[in-house]
Amino acid sequence: MDNKPQDQSPDENAPSEGIPAPEGAANLIDTDYVIGQDNITASPMGIDVDLHGKVFIFSSIVILLFVILTLALQEQMEPIFNSMFSFLTTNLGWFFLLGANVFVVLALVLIFTPLGKVRIGGADATPDFGYAGWFSMLFAAGMGIGLMFYGVSEPLGHYGTAMGGITTEDGVRTDWAPLGGAAGDQAGAIDLSMAATIFHWGFHPWGAYAIVGLSLAIFAFNKGLPLTMRSIFYPILGERIWGWPGHVIDILAVFATLFGLTTSLGIGATQAAGGLNYLFGIPSGDTTLVLLILGITIVALGSILLGVDKGVQRLSQLNMVLAALLLLFVIAVGPTLMIATGIIDNLIGYVTHLPAFSMPFGREDANFSQGWTAFYWAWWIAWSPFVGMFIARVSRGRTVREFLISVLLVPTMASVVWMTAFGTTAIDQVVNEGITEVQDAALELQLFTMLEYLPLTAITSFVGITLVIVFFITSSDSGSLVIDSITAGGKVDAPKPQRIFWALIEGALAIALLLGGGLAALQTAALTTGLPFTLVLLVGCYGIVKGLMSEPRAK
Amino acid sequence: MFNNIMVPVDLAHLDTLEPALSVVADMAKQYDARITYVGVTANAPTSVARTPQEYEQKLEAFAQDRHNVHGQPVSTKVYSSTDPIANVDDLLVKATKETGADLVMMATHLPSHLDAVMPSHGGKVATHTDVSVFLIRLTH
Repeated sequence: MDNKPQDQSPDENAPSEGIPAPEGAANLIDTDYVIGQDNITASPMGIDVDLHGKVFIFSSIVILLFVILTLALQEQMEPIFNSMFSFLTTNLGWFFLLGANVFVVLALVLIFTPLGKVRIGGADATPDFGYAGWFSMLFAAGMGIGLMFYGVSEPLGHYGTAMGGITTEDGVRTDWAPLGGAAGDQAGAIDLSMAATIFHWGFHPWGAYAIVGLSLAIFAFNKGLPLTMRSIFYPILGERIWGWPGHVIDILAVFATLFGLTTSLGIGATQAAGGLNYLFGIPSGDTTLVLLILGITIVALGSILLGVDKGVQRLSQLNMVLAALLLLFVIAVGPTLMIATGIIDNLIGYVTHLPAFSMPFGREDANFSQGWTAFYWAWWIAWSPFVGMFIARVSRGRTVREFLISVLLVPTMASVVWMTAFGTTAIDQVVNEGITEVQDAALELQLFTMLEYLPLTAITSFVGITLVIVFFITSSDSGSLVIDSITAGGKVDAPKPQRIFWALIEGALAIALLLGGGLAALQTAALTTGLPFTLVLLVGCYGIVKGLMSEPRAK
Repeated sequence: MFNNIMVPVDLAHLDTLEPALSVVADMAKQYDARITYVGVTANAPTSVARTPQEYEQKLEAFAQDRHNVHGQPVSTKVYSSTDPIANVDDLLVKATKETGADLVMMATHLPSHLDAVMPSHGGKVATHTDVSVFLIRLTH
């Protein structure tokens, strides 16, 4: 199969010479596995394919089965998924919280240890992307879309529950307030709600991404293993990762990525359509939704054909510029002074409340810690194979320290500024200007309602919708690249038609699920993969330390 | 007429390149030209090599192998990329300049309906360089 050409080359790599190191010193893992050796290659109708037989076929079957089941037996499936997921968050919420804490602590500690000097890709490797392009891609893949929708609605939500204070029924808390709430205490409620929001968008999500990204990058670029989830398990399973244990990990990763993307695509299209309806009165019926998804898919296809450098990177940069403009605009025309002092206050509030928020055991605010925090953690962790793999792919040439600062600290700071600007403006409208429409609006419209009370509404809302759509395009095409590489056995140079195939599947699934119903059920199913991936990530933590210890450090 | 022939090769599909490589050898002997074999590979591990450096060594070995067959002087150049599938055309255009080649000879597939979406690499290189380009159509 694919390794044939190697047999034709002369014995230039006689065993005595060993496999050459990556640029500068590094330690490749000694394995006889050749990437793509289990792949099926064919050329039906002139279209080249090169796929990992088992991973591709089994993940396709699982995906097909799930979609048919949720479409056909929607009423029966939805309660099953829902009870499965509420069982997880209620009984295993502590596990998500504990796991996420481990990721953050390890990532923070690594920044300050000598292991931070190890360079991804070998001691002399040079970065493939400049800072601007690299950081834009990290951010667009990691959370771009969420900031658009939760920037206003989450601070407002927490503010409301915190002001409401604690309510109990039969000794059980029925309120959703974070920690002990702040009944009737306006300043306290603002402090608590902003800290809680930043907590969900700060160190913890990025900690999970950093762990997956770093471990994959080290095992691919420094250890010479394929760029796919199973490689993280090498320190524990050894050569067994090439067999079924590895297939299962990869299939799970495909599942989480595809359904995470599809459900977000469906929900995002609903939200974008809601915005278009709100602004321009375009009917937000099925036709608009289908057209939106088709449009997003077509642009994503173009961007995939252009590749990472010219497609994903440029779109991500475009979005960074647009997002920065919107942010600056809100800061300038919103309550500027309040936002400026808020950034410092909220940062202090975040750090002060951090131990209480992240405590996995003995929580009294079960609704908040399970319904919000554990839910978010499951969501971030279910997304981590996708975001982590993409981050890994574009991070060659960075040192571990540089990587962690850029994946953990910088995005957290960006979240602090973003959430403060949008959250404070919205809360200010409610508290000081007595505008209640924002609070009363549907979740997906709260951003647009807030913008309506600021100048230049037409322009800013249009920028808002554009941001939502472009963030989806970048998610869709980086997701297709990731799924393609996993189903091709870790090949990053598999034929182009495969990428197109996955982008089309994402669009088609999103349309089918939107029209046929069942998006919510599938989202729950995707979230459920957060549990096995928490274990995968904990293994990743072990793998990172073990892998880094055997690497030479940059001078 | 030609002093330096650039030949892009894909080490993962050498078996299909054989007919083209012998045409290259004949051409090089005819003009007594040197041959520069150019490879484009991923930064990440691939089926051919686990690092770009290993790829370089393999391409070098391949070139020596070819030298033993045709006797013309050979050299190699490797480009590694995050997304080689998408960037291969641009990198080959860059390679024509950097290697100072005056002729590019490359294997290409037969034209098909897919070319509208994904043009052949040979076609794109011919469009974007000012040196002569000789496309060898692989009928198989």
